[in-house]
Amino acid sequence: MAFGAFGGTATAVAEPAIRKRSKVALILLLPGILYLGLFFLAPLFSLVLTSFQQPAEFGDIGEYETAFKWENYTAVISTYGEHIIRSFVFAATATVFALLFSFPLAYFIGVTLRRFPLVQALALTLVIAPFFISFLLRTLAWKQLLSDESPFVSFLNTMQLLPEGEHVTGTAFSVIFGLTYNFIPFMTLPIYTSLEKLDLRYVEAGGDLYASPASTFFRVTVPLAAPGIISGMLLTFIPAAGDYINASRDFLGSTSTAMIGNVIEANFLVLQNYPTAAALSLVLMAAILIFVSVYVKKSGTDDLI
Amino acid sequence: MSQLTRFIGRYAIWLYSALAFVFLLIPIVYTIVFSFNDSRRSNIVWRGFTLDNWTQLCNAQGVCEAFGNSIFVGLTATLLATILGTMIAIALVRYRFPFRNATTLLLFLPMATPEVVLGAGLAAEFLTAGVEKGALTVILAHTMFCISFVVVTVRARVASLDPALEEAGRDLYASPAQVFARVTLPLLMPGIIAAALLSFALSFDDFIITNFNAGPFVTFPKFVYTAAARGIPAEANVIASAVFFIAIIFVVVSQVSTAARTKRLARLG
Repeated sequence: MAFGAFGGTATAVAEPAIRKRSKVALILLLPGILYLGLFFLAPLFSLVLTSFQQPAEFGDIGEYETAFKWENYTAVISTYGEHIIRSFVFAATATVFALLFSFPLAYFIGVTLRRFPLVQALALTLVIAPFFISFLLRTLAWKQLLSDESPFVSFLNTMQLLPEGEHVTGTAFSVIFGLTYNFIPFMTLPIYTSLEKLDLRYVEAGGDLYASPASTFFRVTVPLAAPGIISGMLLTFIPAAGDYINASRDFLGSTSTAMIGNVIEANFLVLQNYPTAAALSLVLMAAILIFVSVYVKKSGTDDLI
Repeated sequence: MSQLTRFIGRYAIWLYSALAFVFLLIPIVYTIVFSFNDSRRSNIVWRGFTLDNWTQLCNAQGVCEAFGNSIFVGLTATLLATILGTMIAIALVRYRFPFRNATTLLLFLPMATPEVVLGAGLAAEFLTAGVEKGALTVILAHTMFCISFVVVTVRARVASLDPALEEAGRDLYASPAQVFARVTLPLLMPGIIAAALLSFALSFDDFIITNFNAGPFVTFPKFVYTAAARGIPAEANVIASAVFFIAIIFVVVSQVSTAARTKRLARLG
């Protein structure tokens, strides 16, 4: 359900009773499925092949031959283990921050603004507004806003909150900040979708049964919003873990904040070290699939999309 | 005292949300404001207000070409993805077929795969197959990641469609093709349009997958990425701001008209 939160109107879906078996289904499905086979599955397969390759014996840089070099994986993990761990720590931290930021906002839009449908719709537009301005430019905007000359950093300096010689950009803080900002809408929207349907009588019942507001919140509201929270966390964590814009040197990061995406990009596009890039991509994919498969098990395949 | 805490408790969420909205809008406002900066070379320090960047948009080298490329890729990929995705969405809701779960999984996975993996995978495939990177490979890549989002969007619309309307068409001796063209398709249109807009937006702003598969071909985000190292021209801010305004107007107009229609229907009902 949750990945559909972006598909606009999340209406109650009434499955029509008649489902025919027919050749028409095949004609409708085949082109799209073939397309995904060719440009989604086949690329994953080429990644697997590439990840086992070894440098061609008399070849140039960037020339590789088919092999079965398992060592590529052990080499990648020992060389870039730090980057892999950093990616997951950054992505997980950004996910937590995005959740803390989004929950009250989603509650406000989904519950408090319930009586004003038009205002509610406009508030949702504000949440997705960052999507309408270029991802790269909004990240660069933060780079300028957090730079040494910015009013914010001057303020920190005059208050002596920032140790001398320290910067805000190019640090783990600014990268996590950027990741959080950029993926907040992915968190807010699914939580909103869950809270919008929240039946307030359950919350009232909690109060009637002498539960404190806090325990009503944690034992009634949060469990009812859980589907939205879980998909929001996935939708934030997945792109954050693979992102390489925020952590890039020209944006909010520095060489000491490089994430797995930066390493894949550098190895593939600059160093032409394709096997390393491929092996790293598959390690990232495998790690993400662990989280995703838990989600798939919980939601069942039919509700996936 | 307790009255005060109750007052704060009641309005805290309003205050928090107002601040949250301001926070979300900060970099947007920054980008728009700096599209009016009389910047000359690097657009970092505010030097004064000018409209020149807006009126002489194509003066900055490569901006307009990159923008045109992004529009072209966006439109082509949107057209392809919308057709393929709508067909799948109809099949998913209306028909029974074997390997249904596998199909759903295949549609879900591209949305759950990090972009860097999708990008590197396609690039590895094109490399192995000896395909030259350029506009074509970018379009192929964008179409791929848009399909699933189209399916999700259109599927909701197909599912909420009343089968009785199509039955009525058949009862009035319309051929299956006529029923599809004159009943089904018009009813699905709002969903299809929403899906197309979403695809276009995803394609237009995509950088990661494009970067792996564009070769020498420059889209707008790729232009910004390359320019980031040596300073972004203010004209790039102009394009981003213009796109932002168009998108916002689109969304707000559609929301206001939906709200007005709902109100009218409520009054009638």
